[in-house]
Amino acid sequence: MAETTEKKEKIPRQPMPEQAAKVRAKNFEEVPTGYSPEVAMIEAKRCLQCKKPACVDGCPVGVDIPGFIGHIRDGKFEQAISLIWKRNGLPAVCGRVCPQELQCEGQCIIGKKGEPVAIGNLERFAADFARKSGECELPVKAEPTGKKVAVVGSGPSGLTVAGDLALKGHEVTIFEAFHKPGGVLVYGIPEFRLPKEIVFAEVEGLENLGVKLECNAVVGRTVSLDELFEQGYDAIFLGVGAGLPTFLNIPGENLIGILSANEYLTRSNLMKAYLFPKYDTPVVRGKNVITLGAGNVAMDAARTALRLGAQSSRIVYRRSRQEVPARGAEVHHAEEEGVEFHFLTSPVEFKGNEKGRVTGMVGLKMELGEPDSSGRRRPVAIKGSEFELECDLAIIAVGAGANPLLTQSTKELELNKWGYIVADEATGKTSKKGVWAGGDIVTGSATVILAMGAGRQAADSIHDYLTRGW
Amino acid sequence: MFTIVKREEMANGTVVLNEIEAPLIAKKAKPGQFVILKATETGERIPLTMADTDPQKGTVTIIYMVVGKSTALFKSLKVGDGYLDVIGPLGKPTHLENVGNVVCVGGGTGVAVLHPITRGLKQVGNNVISIIGARNKGLLILEEQMKAASHKLYVCTDDGSYGHHGFVTDVLKDVLTKNDIKLVVGIGPVPMMKFVCKMTKDFNVKTLVSLNPIMIDGTGMCGGCRVSIGGKTQFACVDGPEFDGHQVDFDELMLRLQAYTEDEKASHDEYCNLKKEKA
Repeated sequence: MAETTEKKEKIPRQPMPEQAAKVRAKNFEEVPTGYSPEVAMIEAKRCLQCKKPACVDGCPVGVDIPGFIGHIRDGKFEQAISLIWKRNGLPAVCGRVCPQELQCEGQCIIGKKGEPVAIGNLERFAADFARKSGECELPVKAEPTGKKVAVVGSGPSGLTVAGDLALKGHEVTIFEAFHKPGGVLVYGIPEFRLPKEIVFAEVEGLENLGVKLECNAVVGRTVSLDELFEQGYDAIFLGVGAGLPTFLNIPGENLIGILSANEYLTRSNLMKAYLFPKYDTPVVRGKNVITLGAGNVAMDAARTALRLGAQSSRIVYRRSRQEVPARGAEVHHAEEEGVEFHFLTSPVEFKGNEKGRVTGMVGLKMELGEPDSSGRRRPVAIKGSEFELECDLAIIAVGAGANPLLTQSTKELELNKWGYIVADEATGKTSKKGVWAGGDIVTGSATVILAMGAGRQAADSIHDYLTRGW
Repeated sequence: MFTIVKREEMANGTVVLNEIEAPLIAKKAKPGQFVILKATETGERIPLTMADTDPQKGTVTIIYMVVGKSTALFKSLKVGDGYLDVIGPLGKPTHLENVGNVVCVGGGTGVAVLHPITRGLKQVGNNVISIIGARNKGLLILEEQMKAASHKLYVCTDDGSYGHHGFVTDVLKDVLTKNDIKLVVGIGPVPMMKFVCKMTKDFNVKTLVSLNPIMIDGTGMCGGCRVSIGGKTQFACVDGPEFDGHQVDFDELMLRLQAYTEDEKASHDEYCNLKKEKA
């Protein structure tokens, strides 16, 4: 036994092939190009096939990780994807955007001494293989129950709920406010990190399972929750996301050329402004771009700016490198592509010209003081350290809040002080009978996989309700 | 698809009316609310305040001026064609209340938005005086409809080719001087709304305006439509589109509307050239 372990450790973690930084910073094609079958099988051999796999505990949706990796090792790719699908309906997405280092890979036993098994890369490989070959069985659907479920929002939580409940035999309709499904996967995450074709393929998979999709339906405006119940829906899941941009509230913020990350990314991703004028929606193309904030969204925005022709793309963050909330891989990719980081800098004011366009940002240098409520050291301004950074585009990526559009029009929904929906942690049940909620509209901005985990729990609880009662 | 069931050209073909099948929206929409329309797969999302709705027929009506590529594309659609996407109703409806004497002031295609609000204000019992204007007689729209929706209608043209020779604000001043007006609703080009508000402020009369800034989603997600209201930033799509005109920073709004002027022109030129080549 010890011998085999030693042999396995000799295989190094297989690197993910990528487009070269200089090349990819000028195009919107995906950065990592994916494992070949041969490389995937080599990487799969590194898995110890633990009897009590810690990686599975680290996965919010409980994918049988050693199981599917074993199938890849044996070259049985169809079986690998079938096994993943039992727990995860969006593997091509999760393989790309999950923070594996904090979840499955963070728990991997061989990661204690060396590098963990590349679980995310292998999941992506299996999903891409299935999509490209078309050779895989659809999961088996239960007998129709005659129950109808409305899912509001087609982001990660909504898609998970829809998939789970369709498999259990319920009739599911997804209502999406935008003209295309996918939520943040489509309007927020750029093409070079998650090609839209992949999201649409996953949605198509759900439609093949019988899930209906109603785009252009703004629940709360076009139709209310009570009207959905009147139309015969037995249960409703709310997965509307945290779609309210936070601004800085500093002077000059309404100058032309200052956009929320939501607007900047929606224009580029959903509306395909990067293909303007072939697509009709334009976006400000800055030469000197500043992005405020250092989360994953900020990295997406700063990297998009490079691809849209920026000569300089700078991240301005008021804390230090240590506190950066973005994934290490995203920061690494951004730096490789030429994004510059200005740490310990806080925006004070934007300057503009007579046409109302932004020309610069006044920043203030900060130093780290005592830890604040988040446990991170609080940045404190250094008096008299003001300086100006030139820019013709500034993107505000300092987080999102709860969008009140739906919650305001539904009085019985209990909200917390930030406007997020109060939902039971284990089941997702809200204060309104027959209504569940999950994802960012409950937790505030989080990750795709956490939203999917919440969707999974809610789906189980909804199924319980539809078969046994509230 | 959202099918066009009726199409009319107005103001020498510079303004177009489309009545569109959208039963869910028609059932819900109230005066003052808007829809977002996208004609094609590659198209832009364009917000337009509804000019009318027919819940029985299941249709909504929009009236728009042809100014760039997207509206030129809209204009090319015929009866039986349709919009790929129509989203709504969005924004807050107009608060319709009987306050006594009200004045409804409209300029250009703003009159189309003003019309259902005028009708609504009359229906709840107000005495409605309306003033509508255009650059010249040929560009004037909905005169008959506005006459029917109001107790009294004044018409102005900038060049004097019809009605009162001058701006709507000239007539407004006279009306404000001679009557005890409780509310003014002003909808039209931003400069017109700015000057209407300047005047009503002097008379200390509450004034509502409807704003149409650049917008993407229309649901409060992008913040592109932000406007300064009393020094505070608000989103026209969810906090508006109607605001207290005396609080609006019109100069900022005018600048922000210019954000994509160059791109819009390039896009429109290309569209016109393509059309010419095809012809």
